[in-house]
Amino acid sequence: MTRAHTSQKATVAQGRGGERPKRSRLRNAPWTPYLYLLPAAVFIVLVFVYPLIEIVRTSLQAPAATGGTTFGFTNYKFMLTDPAFRQAVLHNMILLLSVPIMTALALLFSLLLWEQVRGWKWYRAFIFTPYILAIPVVGITFIYLYSADGIVNTALKASGLGFLTQDWLGNPKSVLPSIMSVIIYRELGFGTVLFLARMMSIPTDMLDAAKTEGANWFQVHRYVTIPQLRSVIEFFVIVEVITMFSWVFAYVYTMTKGGPGFSSIILEFYIWQNAFEFQSPGIASAVAVVLMVAVSGLIFLHLRVRRAQSGDGE
Amino acid sequence: MVTASSGREGKGPRTPKIAPILSHTVLIAISIVALYPIYYMVITAFKNRKEYLSSQFLPPLHPTLQNLREALSRGDLLQWMFNSVVVTAVSVLVATAAAVLAAYALARMQFPGRDTILSGIVSLMVVPPVVLLVPLFLLMVQVRLINTLPSVIIVYVGLTIPLSVYLLTNFFRALPYEIEEAARMDGCSSLGVLWRIVLPLSAPALLTSIVVNALWVWNELLIALVFLQSNERRTLVAGLTLFQGQYQVNESLVMTGALIATIPMLLLYLFGARFFIRGLVAGAGK
Repeated sequence: MTRAHTSQKATVAQGRGGERPKRSRLRNAPWTPYLYLLPAAVFIVLVFVYPLIEIVRTSLQAPAATGGTTFGFTNYKFMLTDPAFRQAVLHNMILLLSVPIMTALALLFSLLLWEQVRGWKWYRAFIFTPYILAIPVVGITFIYLYSADGIVNTALKASGLGFLTQDWLGNPKSVLPSIMSVIIYRELGFGTVLFLARMMSIPTDMLDAAKTEGANWFQVHRYVTIPQLRSVIEFFVIVEVITMFSWVFAYVYTMTKGGPGFSSIILEFYIWQNAFEFQSPGIASAVAVVLMVAVSGLIFLHLRVRRAQSGDGE
Repeated sequence: MVTASSGREGKGPRTPKIAPILSHTVLIAISIVALYPIYYMVITAFKNRKEYLSSQFLPPLHPTLQNLREALSRGDLLQWMFNSVVVTAVSVLVATAAAVLAAYALARMQFPGRDTILSGIVSLMVVPPVVLLVPLFLLMVQVRLINTLPSVIIVYVGLTIPLSVYLLTNFFRALPYEIEEAARMDGCSSLGVLWRIVLPLSAPALLTSIVVNALWVWNELLIALVFLQSNERRTLVAGLTLFQGQYQVNESLVMTGALIATIPMLLLYLFGARFFIRGLVAGAGK
């Protein structure tokens, strides 16, 4: 991918450097590009810029005891003392554990597919299918698969593990791992297809060399294949980390509504609940600000790390 | 466990390989897990109550269309389907049009602030939608669009523009400049060049952006749930979620609804799989 990018840049540079492009550009009025950007800009200002400014303002407003509103950090203070908020943060953190699990599994499956056993294209299509299902559809289906007489408990009983059977989504201890499994179930296909696509473009000479020198399956992939996949793995990890903070609402809403009690509440659900069930937009906005800052912080960190790495020869 | 690949050169990478029997076992196991929920959806949708209670796991011995008939005879399911189609089609159309214009300017014109604007737009991809929810809701209430399809369409267009602009800008930049150049010399306007030359060459990128966005919009829950509150305005996915709460004990009916919501996207995927995958992989080039 890096190489493709360089060649694209090269094309642009050629176009720019030549004599003719310059002349044609003079034919555009200086405001022409902005006119092209206008429709997209209208939507972006409406859907992103205005709300991002508004949440900061709303988060600082709280109903005063005397009626009317006060400006200050009341909402933030409430948020920090609310046990539901702490639970939500903790649960989002726990969900992060699924990222290494699904990365490892996606790597394993993509390596197996890469070997192109008979029917590998079918396997690839099957593994990818869950990713195109709507999250609510997945969530609703898993309610039944996790139910008392559903497939999960039945399979456990049939294999002599009957003592493990339980109400997966109703038990505070098992609810979060159960939701996590569903998230892994759906996201795994994305990782597998992504990694496989990159593997297909790995130059083979290094693999040949490693093989000639007698490296075994594990060694070849550990020391040759996986290092070549570094940027795509990094991309997948960052996308999934963001997902765990900001795209898990639909799983929780359809399967548990944050319950039982607070045992599966997450930040998005907390924001939604405060805004639309408890009618406290101020608190919802304060949490939204915190979530936005956290996600931006992660991206910033990621870019810093990337820049530092690209220094040492990527 | 590990065998040399001497007999199978030229297939896959030339690395030491896992014994095929082992690969097949793992891949079959994961395929069964991946497909089981869909299998369950399909078999349950065609079972009557009695048969569902006698076995959840086997295909129906006497498949019935009764659930399908019941689901479709409830007017709201068809209404939800219609709403989803309208919302998805209009959002994707408007977002793609706006993104094409913006991407063309960002890829082909030079102006102050261009790179800043591009990276600004691209960075919006990471904003969690839930963060925008409260202000957008209050805004839609103020302009009296709440509980109308345009309210979600506007939000979906905004949310899908960043990825579309990113995909299309990269694609436009990779197109050869010479043809456009020649057209400009012949007196074609910049809009004419975009319409007659760039767009016809960009079908793959356009399809990628359309397929990825259509799937996303069709499957979106949070915004649809909050903005479209009356029953006849719901999208299929949001309606289905509430349907499940109502008919929890009628598994067959709920799974019929889930199947109806899934089939259009399954078809879109079968038709556009390679564009979809290309889109995902292109995203990784950031």
